[in-house]
Amino acid sequence: MPSYLVGREKVREFSAAVFATNPINHDPEAARAAGYADVVAPPTFAVVVQEATLAQLLAEPDAGIDFTRVVHGDQRFAFSRPIVAGDELTATLSVVSVKSLGGHSMVTAESTVVDSNGDHVVTATSTLVVRGDE
Amino acid sequence: MTAITPPSTPVLESLETGEIVAESSFALTRDALVRYAGASGDFNPIHYRDDVAEAVGLPGVLAHGMLTMGLAIQPVVDWLGDPGRVLDYQVRFTRPVHVEPDFGAVVTVIAKVGTLDVEAGVARIDLTVTVNGVTVLGKAQARVTLA
Repeated sequence: MPSYLVGREKVREFSAAVFATNPINHDPEAARAAGYADVVAPPTFAVVVQEATLAQLLAEPDAGIDFTRVVHGDQRFAFSRPIVAGDELTATLSVVSVKSLGGHSMVTAESTVVDSNGDHVVTATSTLVVRGDE
Repeated sequence: MTAITPPSTPVLESLETGEIVAESSFALTRDALVRYAGASGDFNPIHYRDDVAEAVGLPGVLAHGMLTMGLAIQPVVDWLGDPGRVLDYQVRFTRPVHVEPDFGAVVTVIAKVGTLDVEAGVARIDLTVTVNGVTVLGKAQARVTLA
């Protein structure tokens, strides 16, 4: 899995897209004044890093998942520290559980995101509902 | 946006369970959906094409669940004064947000104190997220560190 380099402008772009207006999300000086090395990503930015691993799962022919039938059920982010511009992150996906419920399948996948030192940054957990045949 | 920025980090001891700490409304438009698609890389066409959305049985274009989740935490971030104070954030996507081509949709967020752990300096903040009075996110909770 290649690493993901968090860019300052990407953090700003994502911040604007989720209506995040805090100076710590946009202004490196404000971020440094708050004790960060650079601008801080909004909590849900982790999904951008997680997405690459989820795409792998959905593309896996053995998983047998039809993308058009997938609905996002739950999402959770558990942080050891926030994501900051300049971070070089690596995500590892594991499937935690697969349940069948009335023709639908519920797949819970967990992406563990670590920095270039191997230290934990965030764990993103998604439950995807795969709708069965109508 | 109507979020109020506090002068400093809220103090845990001064909070009470059930207290409203932040409240805000967001006008979601089709433009906002396109902006989020580009920023996040989620180009599923049900978030910008009515014909595709209707072909899969939806009433029309829907907001990305992750966009609703992403904006719903912002009033809490503004109250905290630092996005790094969010330790944990989870939601359940209970109802889709239908975004009209002309009027869009207004998402309203109310953040209340759920529980307080004074020893750890951590509060659980519960979010009520609605569109036209209907809840769209369930079990929307954030754990945050306070001064």
